[in-house]
Amino acid sequence: MQRIPILQMGRTLLVTIQVDLQDQTALALQDDLANRIQRAAATGVLIDISALEIVDSFIGRMLATISGIAKVLGATTVVVGMQPAVAITLVELGLSLDGVRTALNVERGIYLLRHLDEEQSHDLDES
Amino acid sequence: MTLTSPDTTTGEMAIRNEADIVLARQQVRRLTQTLKFSLVDQTKMITAASELSRNTLIYGGGGEMVWQLVQQGIRQGLRLSFVDRGPGIPDIDLAMKDGWTSGGGLGMGLSGSKRLVNDFELDTAPGKGTRVTITRWK
Repeated sequence: MQRIPILQMGRTLLVTIQVDLQDQTALALQDDLANRIQRAAATGVLIDISALEIVDSFIGRMLATISGIAKVLGATTVVVGMQPAVAITLVELGLSLDGVRTALNVERGIYLLRHLDEEQSHDLDES
Repeated sequence: MTLTSPDTTTGEMAIRNEADIVLARQQVRRLTQTLKFSLVDQTKMITAASELSRNTLIYGGGGEMVWQLVQQGIRQGLRLSFVDRGPGIPDIDLAMKDGWTSGGGLGMGLSGSKRLVNDFELDTAPGKGTRVTITRWK
């Protein structure tokens, strides 16, 4: 079975999905990410879906589940790069990706993660 | 399966495993591109095919996707049927509800796909299998 590589940059994990996802591959990514977040003590996960030509309810659920798992493990997930046609279709399909943070592209996603991280460490300093 | 000649207007492919869902998406992409659908219309039809072929596999125990290039006056379109000989759907109204699922899904497959296409037909009865036919016009 195909596996999606997970790159690490500091305390951020970076995933770029570049294949037409089979359901099993999507489920394996969920497990792999949970393990990597824990091992790397990651605080951020960036998922780039700019190469995905569709997001159906299965992939939508995977993105929501990953965000949920990451949150419980103390990491924030940002999904970036969704194509406009995919966004239009997703909303019409009835999926709103509740609880999933999104950003237009990788650059803005990284900015968002850094901003959130700084906010958190600021809170920690104050308490 | 590929379009072998321009006058090939119909065909079918088996949906027996997860890899077939990916193949069904790719086939629908080729067909919508042949018809010169806009990118948004391509994406909607492929997404609907992805949802319905997964239903065929998971709830119907496998089956076929039948495709047909259709013409009505000057309108051209793509019609897809997802056919299985599974248990059928006992309560159609319930199955068409957003968020209702008998499996482990989100319950968006049937109701969501209907919103992505122009025509949607559901033909099912307990013990008689299920046939979902969708059409999207260019």
